[in-house]
Amino acid sequence: MSQHAAFSSSTQPGWLSTIGAWLLAIVWVLPLLYSAWAAFHPSEFATRLAWDAPLTLDNFAKAWEAAPFARYFLNTTMLVAMILGIQLVLCTLAAYAFARYEFAGKNLMFSLMLVQLMVMPEILIVRNYQTLSQLGLVDTLFGIGLPYFASAFAIFLLRQTFKTIPKELVEAAQMEGASALQILWHVYIPLAKPVYLAFSLVSVSYHWNNFLWPLVVTNSVESRPLTVGLQVFASTDQGIDWSIITAATLLTSGPLLIGFLIFQRQFVQSFMRAGIK
Amino acid sequence: MSVTTRHIQAYLLLLPAFVFLVGFTHYPAVATLIDSFMSTPRAGRAAVYVGIENYQVMVEDPIFWKSLFNNLWFALATIPISIALSVAMALWVNEKIVGRQFLRMSYFLPTVLPMIAVANIWIFFYTPGYGLINQFLQLFGLPGQNWLGNPSLALGAVTVVAIWKEAGFFMIFYLAALQTMSPSYKEAAMIEGASRWYFFRRVQWPLLMPTTIFVLVNALINAFRLVDHIIVMTKGGPDNASSLLLFYLYEVGFKFWDQGLASALTVVLLFILALVGLLQFFLLDRRTHYR
Repeated sequence: MSQHAAFSSSTQPGWLSTIGAWLLAIVWVLPLLYSAWAAFHPSEFATRLAWDAPLTLDNFAKAWEAAPFARYFLNTTMLVAMILGIQLVLCTLAAYAFARYEFAGKNLMFSLMLVQLMVMPEILIVRNYQTLSQLGLVDTLFGIGLPYFASAFAIFLLRQTFKTIPKELVEAAQMEGASALQILWHVYIPLAKPVYLAFSLVSVSYHWNNFLWPLVVTNSVESRPLTVGLQVFASTDQGIDWSIITAATLLTSGPLLIGFLIFQRQFVQSFMRAGIK
Repeated sequence: MSVTTRHIQAYLLLLPAFVFLVGFTHYPAVATLIDSFMSTPRAGRAAVYVGIENYQVMVEDPIFWKSLFNNLWFALATIPISIALSVAMALWVNEKIVGRQFLRMSYFLPTVLPMIAVANIWIFFYTPGYGLINQFLQLFGLPGQNWLGNPSLALGAVTVVAIWKEAGFFMIFYLAALQTMSPSYKEAAMIEGASRWYFFRRVQWPLLMPTTIFVLVNALINAFRLVDHIIVMTKGGPDNASSLLLFYLYEVGFKFWDQGLASALTVVLLFILALVGLLQFFLLDRRTHYR
């Protein structure tokens, strides 16, 4: 009897679980809450919580002036769009081949492709940097994107989806005399839309946040993405004005953060979809 | 359509992606292996074959060992803790808990924020004197610590940040798995009068095994791949106390420009990742017994 009661309370968790869940959630949002506090208040309140602290946007204005954030925003936006655009094209084609063609060496090529899931380009920075300098692409946006244009993750994800598309649909299109690329365009791609959305959200947030490789490759304002720009800004001695640093931090994560809050469901579902292989 | 044209079509479809895959994954991996047996090319002096000299240098380098052990410690600390937290998070938000939407959003939030941005905020939390954590400790009359400046605390401090960043990400996968679980298990457990904990341990956890393997492999890769917070928060210091392998590789490669040693370090990383790959293969093989 008592056990039964204990169990049925689990669908609506007991107060202990609820408190635990909430405590953890508060710890988890604390860094963001704090940075919002520091960024929207004058710097004398950065380390002191007071109810009468006046609100201000000065910190954002100062941060915006202190470093070329407008340029960094432009760079990151172009970088993320370029990588995603090229990834979608290249990976769709490759996934199509793996899903619907039989050819010599298919299994070997598939295994070789999967290696990238383990060995990401970051690990090979030293050699990839040399490749980039041989191509004369150091310190360019194109150079930052280059190692990521083919994504094993995207190919795998799309191939799994393409494989679930019924053969009848393809045969019907073939009867009407559609070419391989037409079938891809009119049958496969429209049916895989949710997966494209999922991968796009994952890719955009990954590359918006990517840091190590861009740090190594860039050395000028013209090519630096936001993350590297923020690091340069925060590490050159600002007299450690936390208010300005937190404002810059919020600026950097702002677009993703707002996008996340608006499209929360899609974000979570996309990451879920991307995870279930 | 003839078989040959279909073959050619397939290769043409694969060609663009493989140019980049080979160019930035397979070629550099092989080239690094070769480079690790060569000297570092200097101005006017090409690289020459030096045998295992780079590996000898590496083995005698205390910072290498320090970084390797730090990295193992970092992996052993982040992985179980973030998996345990993510399972708890997923179980909570899978039920009709008060404020479920808010909780799910909070847990997942760190995943979408740039590590380098949040690392800056964590630096402030850890600041000696007026940092948030020390202010909090003062409330209870506890002494403040120089979290990032103390060699015995720095690695722990960056580990906490990594756990905070990753747990919500892993939660998503557990949540997805829990949602596909048939409710009849729960009904059966209810009829049998099983306790909450018993139901988790004997039903949910075993059924979550494939997810755990997936998360484990990802967590292992991340433990050797994520060094953004090290660069921002501690620069591997103090006295290399928080240096991780990839961070040390970055320093050797791009601060000291020692290509030979950097190549040897990369080979070590590749070796570790290959072990992770084998582990995954082995575990996935065993996983079929659950099906």
